[in-house]
Amino acid sequence: MLTVFLGGLLIYGSFDFPLWGDPAAPASIHVSPYYIENTLKDTSVPNIVTAVLADYRGYDTMFETVVIFAAGIACLFLLRTYKTVEPDIQLYRHIPTGITLRIEKGGKFPADSRYFERLDSAWVPYGLIVKTTCRLVIPFIQIFALYVIAHGHYSPGGGFQGGVIMGASLVLFAIAFDLRSAIRRMGERVIMLLATLGVGIYAGFGILSMLLEKNYLDYSVLANLFAFDPASAHSHGILIVEIGVGIVVMAVMVLLYYILASAGKNDEGL
Amino acid sequence: MNWQIELIILAIVIICGISALSVKDLLSAAILFGAYSFMMCLLWAIMGAVDVAFTEASVGAGVSTVLFVAAVYQTSRRTKD
Repeated sequence: MLTVFLGGLLIYGSFDFPLWGDPAAPASIHVSPYYIENTLKDTSVPNIVTAVLADYRGYDTMFETVVIFAAGIACLFLLRTYKTVEPDIQLYRHIPTGITLRIEKGGKFPADSRYFERLDSAWVPYGLIVKTTCRLVIPFIQIFALYVIAHGHYSPGGGFQGGVIMGASLVLFAIAFDLRSAIRRMGERVIMLLATLGVGIYAGFGILSMLLEKNYLDYSVLANLFAFDPASAHSHGILIVEIGVGIVVMAVMVLLYYILASAGKNDEGL
Repeated sequence: MNWQIELIILAIVIICGISALSVKDLLSAAILFGAYSFMMCLLWAIMGAVDVAFTEASVGAGVSTVLFVAAVYQTSRRTKD
């Protein structure tokens, strides 16, 4: 009832919007022509969306990044449990021979050595085809993610999308192999450091431009630092910022998957 | 121009949304939500917002479906209500 009322209110409010593609809308009269005419001159970036997102509206994008970072930290605080209950039966694999050992409670668990590898307790033998396919596909997905981040100036894409694709490749690895080996390669500490590093790249670049006597996130500082013309300085500034965004988004996506798939224990699951 | 295609996609969006809310199986709801996101992505692309379409395809249809499936894996698959 309340939902229908609120939905009706929103639809009623949307009647006051200008029509889609209306040339007389305020945004089309005042805002858009400036960007369309000056983006290439100011930033030498053909994709206007990227230029608006990362340069003209750099504050918005920075706080979007901070929101994603804060969401990751909130999920970590809410869902992560540090109390680990070891199951009675643990499975280990002897790596040189490939034999799986099943050790019940009271038995002696092998210490962390390079000959024994801990397996999930709900372990099923994964198919060779899935593993091999993922091993082949994952590098290409990661290359595509880097391409999306770096080529966001010229084609659709940018830090957010590229970061998500990069995170998705790591999630694919965690699904195709198991969560334990994914966490062994890229632990929680590394992920949080990466997320902080990404926000740090973005915000630190703004502080750098303040230290060099420009406005916060004014990318033309690069023109003074290196011998760029101002337009390509903006272009390179956008690239730096997009890399920061991509690192944050990748780290938060992987962190969310780890927490959700293992019910907060970050050891085994899915 | 292509208003028939738009109409069909819009209908599929609405059907996917309503059925994702009403279906009892949580895993089907997650997959229906993925289909919803993909159809929304097509709509964004038709309207010319390619960046938004790209984001919708990667975040909505890709990663969030995986996160939903991972969350359903930890609970029971059927809802009570």
